[in-house]
Amino acid sequence: MQNNVLDYLNESLNRVPTKIAYADDEVQLTFSDVKNIMDSVGTGLINKGCKREPVIVFMKKSPNTIATFFGVINAGCYYVPIDSEMPATRINLILDNCKPRVIICDDSTVEIAKGFDYKADIVLFSDIVNTKPDYEALSLVRKKAIDTDPIYIVFTSGSTGVPKGVCACHRSVIDYIEQLSETLGFNEDTIFGNQTPLYFDACLKELYPTLKFGATTYLIPHSYFMFPVKLVEYINEHNINTVCWVVSALTMISAFATFDTVKPTTLRTIAFGSEVFPIKQFRLWREACPEAKFFNLYGPTEGTGMCCYYPVTREFADDEVIPVGFPFKNTEILLLKDDNTLAEDGEQGEICIRGTSVTLGYYNNPEKTSEAYVQNPLNTAYPEIIYRTGDMGHINEYGELIFHSRKDFQIKHMGHRIELGEIEANVNLVPEIKLSGCIYAKEQGKIVLYYVGDITEGDLIKALKTKLPRYMLPNKVNRLEEMPFTANGKIDRVTLSKMYNK
Amino acid sequence: MDFTTAKDLVTGGILDSFDIVSLISEINEEFDVTIGAAELTPENFASAETIYALIKAKLDDED
Repeated sequence: MQNNVLDYLNESLNRVPTKIAYADDEVQLTFSDVKNIMDSVGTGLINKGCKREPVIVFMKKSPNTIATFFGVINAGCYYVPIDSEMPATRINLILDNCKPRVIICDDSTVEIAKGFDYKADIVLFSDIVNTKPDYEALSLVRKKAIDTDPIYIVFTSGSTGVPKGVCACHRSVIDYIEQLSETLGFNEDTIFGNQTPLYFDACLKELYPTLKFGATTYLIPHSYFMFPVKLVEYINEHNINTVCWVVSALTMISAFATFDTVKPTTLRTIAFGSEVFPIKQFRLWREACPEAKFFNLYGPTEGTGMCCYYPVTREFADDEVIPVGFPFKNTEILLLKDDNTLAEDGEQGEICIRGTSVTLGYYNNPEKTSEAYVQNPLNTAYPEIIYRTGDMGHINEYGELIFHSRKDFQIKHMGHRIELGEIEANVNLVPEIKLSGCIYAKEQGKIVLYYVGDITEGDLIKALKTKLPRYMLPNKVNRLEEMPFTANGKIDRVTLSKMYNK
Repeated sequence: MDFTTAKDLVTGGILDSFDIVSLISEINEEFDVTIGAAELTPENFASAETIYALIKAKLDDED
């Protein structure tokens, strides 16, 4: 039985060693290149004494970064991707949480890494990649591999201002890759066009199926996502047939009437997720790509990538929502009501995930872990952990799961999962701020911040840029003389929303 | 960083895709012009000057 994600490489390596596995505009790696990098990086880490511990990968998005992830796993460790787009405060919180001994950098990040408050052994990719592989040491590590050992930690927004590190193991990733590949029909002819960053779990969809099938992934340069005509031309030129993108990347193309100028001719599988796809935009896509199959995907990072899928086959009215659909094989969705009993058909409940896809928990954070990773309340006979997503949903008349809303103040903005509380916590760290309240204007897709304090809007944004990632920065900032409160003395977000919509 | 004179808003990584999308909706609200895919090019968004020229050309078109 396969117990290590890297076993996916074996067959592809035998069959298509010289085929391109991962490529961008600068670097192309064949499957044998990937194997060589992975063995050198793995040996380099073993030589440093690394063993079942987090290793930070701080490199720009590149095929080399992907091969470095595999190198970390090859040493029996787990990779923690960070990115130069992340502000220093956030990176420091991540380092404090993981306490890594080693940070692997490239030329573009090494100077930034030297400036971190946290001190670790900074290793250059260009050095470690020249390590002579020690196959004996590597195979010893592989022999001892356990499929419940972690392979990565990715950080997601935390409502108290501290990001949470979701930690996933071989077994849940293998389970995910098997079910996803079967459902979406990936094979050796699949050519992926990757959009999502490497520091979230979204990129699992391309990274591991590429290894498994000997497929190819193009990392589409970030700048193309600003210029839809160029982006579609890129897809056609590279014969990309499969994309798994956030909805906003797809709607950016359709909303600018790109299809009047150029249509994607090679796409056959279009999967989207992280947000609701507006039906009008969806129709434009289906008209432009009549031969493609469309899938809505749903799932939190804590459930390893995605856990539900919906093949969009029937027609939808403009005001309808595309269902979240059905759980992947080997995953069950429980809809739990407030009293921890199951919701009946049509009744609302919290979406809870049961199965191998549930990740290990939040790294070094037992408190937050125990709030969301809980004993299945329907089972009192033996330990069984389910994950409570905080998403509310119901089952419709077709037996499909429909997403409703959040129980808390988590939002989805441009495909990113954000806790409004994390934004507020960081705003409140600015010394001049007395009070702050954040809302999300869904229709306009804008994060709106209201505050009371002796600082101009412009200076506040400047201060926030050092604390929050770009995608979390408020789009509108308004200074108030007084903050509205509810009867219970909480910041009145309903009034704030009304103020914005006026 | 001076936005009025910078010539590398795109190549310098100063504008990213979030910025472009919100910029276009702001331009649409402010000037009531619609920017289409064909005009959405790195060249048109390279500097404040080129963005200004684009808006001006759109406004002139409509007259």
